[in-house]
Amino acid sequence: MTTRPGTTTREPRTTRHHWWGRQPIGSLFALPYLVFVLAIFAYPLGFAVWIAFHDYFFTAPGVEVPKPFVGLDNFVTVLQDPQVLESFRNIGVFLVINVPLTVVLSMVLANALNAGIRWAAAYRVAFYVPYLTASVSLVGVWLLLFSSGGLVNAVLGPLAPDPSWLVSSSLAMPTIALYVTWKQLGFYILLYLAALQNVPRELHESAETDGANAWQRFLNVTVPGVRSTTVLVLVLAIITGANLFTEPYLLTNGGGPDGASVTPVLLIYQRGIQQQNPDTAAAIGMLLVIVVGVLSLAANRINRER
Amino acid sequence: MRTTRRQPGTWVRYLLLTLAAAVFAFPFWFMVVGAFQESPTNTPGQLLPTSGWTLGNFAAIDSRIDLLGSLLNSLVFTAGVLLGTVTFGLLAGYAMARLDFRGRGATWVLMLLVQMVPFQLLMIPLYVQITRGFGLGDTYLGMILPFAINTTAVFIFTQFFRALPQEMFEAARIDGASELRIVRSIAVPLVRPALTTVVLVTFIGPWNEFLWPFLITKDATLQPLAVSLANYISNVAQSTANPNGAILAGATTLAFPVVVLFVLFQRYFTASNIGSAVKG
Repeated sequence: MTTRPGTTTREPRTTRHHWWGRQPIGSLFALPYLVFVLAIFAYPLGFAVWIAFHDYFFTAPGVEVPKPFVGLDNFVTVLQDPQVLESFRNIGVFLVINVPLTVVLSMVLANALNAGIRWAAAYRVAFYVPYLTASVSLVGVWLLLFSSGGLVNAVLGPLAPDPSWLVSSSLAMPTIALYVTWKQLGFYILLYLAALQNVPRELHESAETDGANAWQRFLNVTVPGVRSTTVLVLVLAIITGANLFTEPYLLTNGGGPDGASVTPVLLIYQRGIQQQNPDTAAAIGMLLVIVVGVLSLAANRINRER
Repeated sequence: MRTTRRQPGTWVRYLLLTLAAAVFAFPFWFMVVGAFQESPTNTPGQLLPTSGWTLGNFAAIDSRIDLLGSLLNSLVFTAGVLLGTVTFGLLAGYAMARLDFRGRGATWVLMLLVQMVPFQLLMIPLYVQITRGFGLGDTYLGMILPFAINTTAVFIFTQFFRALPQEMFEAARIDGASELRIVRSIAVPLVRPALTTVVLVTFIGPWNEFLWPFLITKDATLQPLAVSLANYISNVAQSTANPNGAILAGATTLAFPVVVLFVLFQRYFTASNIGSAVKG
């Protein structure tokens, strides 16, 4: 019935195959989704780029004021702003802590879960309940646990840091990184669990007959076997790190202390909506996307090398 | 020989997993216990309280943020997203999987691109567009609109309909059924397992979302619980004598529906394979 591509016989197709397809009603079915994507993604995306290159400001409704093209001015303003630079540095601190912890812990825990152990389902649920739960809820809990007189400091006793976790400029960002690692880990464990199913069992068996112990097999069979998932985990962790908003907003009271945990998205909110400078805010957004893109490409290289 | 060498490895494995599970579950224990305690403890020795139980924390937070109203707003927000995603996502997914129409390839490319567009870039233009362009600031519709059709859900529907046998649809067409009728009498009745997955995946998005409803709602009576709880934590708590219990009560209320939903539907989640669906 169906003609294979490359065959020259086309008489069965011409009778029913029209320019608009065999079931043109399909475009009607897909239309609401298409309109949604155009209105909520495509148009704002173009608008964001347009705002970033213009002197854009909010006016009273109905008032038309020229918004001149200013080239790269907004980007120059943003790049000379020490707070913006600090926010990108903070993201760097976040990634340096969050990414290795996430990759190592999720790979090790997924590997431990995969070995056909008892109560695997219960362990799995424990791991991904934080991922499913609202960040606002969990931030509230961490806020109390890590406060100056909180449980964590009570356990640490004389070892408790002073100033405490969330009010120390050197510990605020690492605490956020720790929180996000904890919150997201369950999702990454799931990704690795799925990937582990595709590592051929024979590879493990032949490594075992060669005398490799469990640790050596993990390093030489499992880790290379799930490399493409590791790249995915890296990219997703980078995106999550670049998107931080709720955590610095609530956990460190708006990026404190002294901007030590301020993030680009927090600045987009403050500049764009609180201080009514959507043009510089849009420029921060574009810079952020470029940084994320470059980092993701770098992560992708890991997959291609070796 | 083999078993003796395996034994220590297994032991380490259980120790590791149990330790990790404890670290993962502990904040939840702290949250739920603290929510029902007169004064949530900061002393490690009192983590298993035997007295001091109270519902006062829920009353305390309710007196400041209207707990029930916020829950209702969360529900409207989430229900709106679910409704949009299930109706339009199902239609789009069915069309992508089973219908041959002009623009199908382009739609598929769009679906892939949407997954790559970061929300932080869209935040400012969407805010301008929805509050100023559409005048939808402080409305449920404005809250729902950016999440109205979850693209991941469209993918799930597409994969599901693709896996159904082609003959079912061909037979209906030969019998002269219209495409709309095929959707109604074949696609929709079979979609249950995919629907469960879609509802779970979609639900946690709007229910947990903070940033967008926070931007778009100034009116406290419209704020979903995630936003009003965040307001309580960042503004009200400082001026309250003993806010810890109230924060934990609010956190428990916000977390509870998702955890319950997930625990209830977990078996559907794993059993949602096409084989069982086709067999009935």
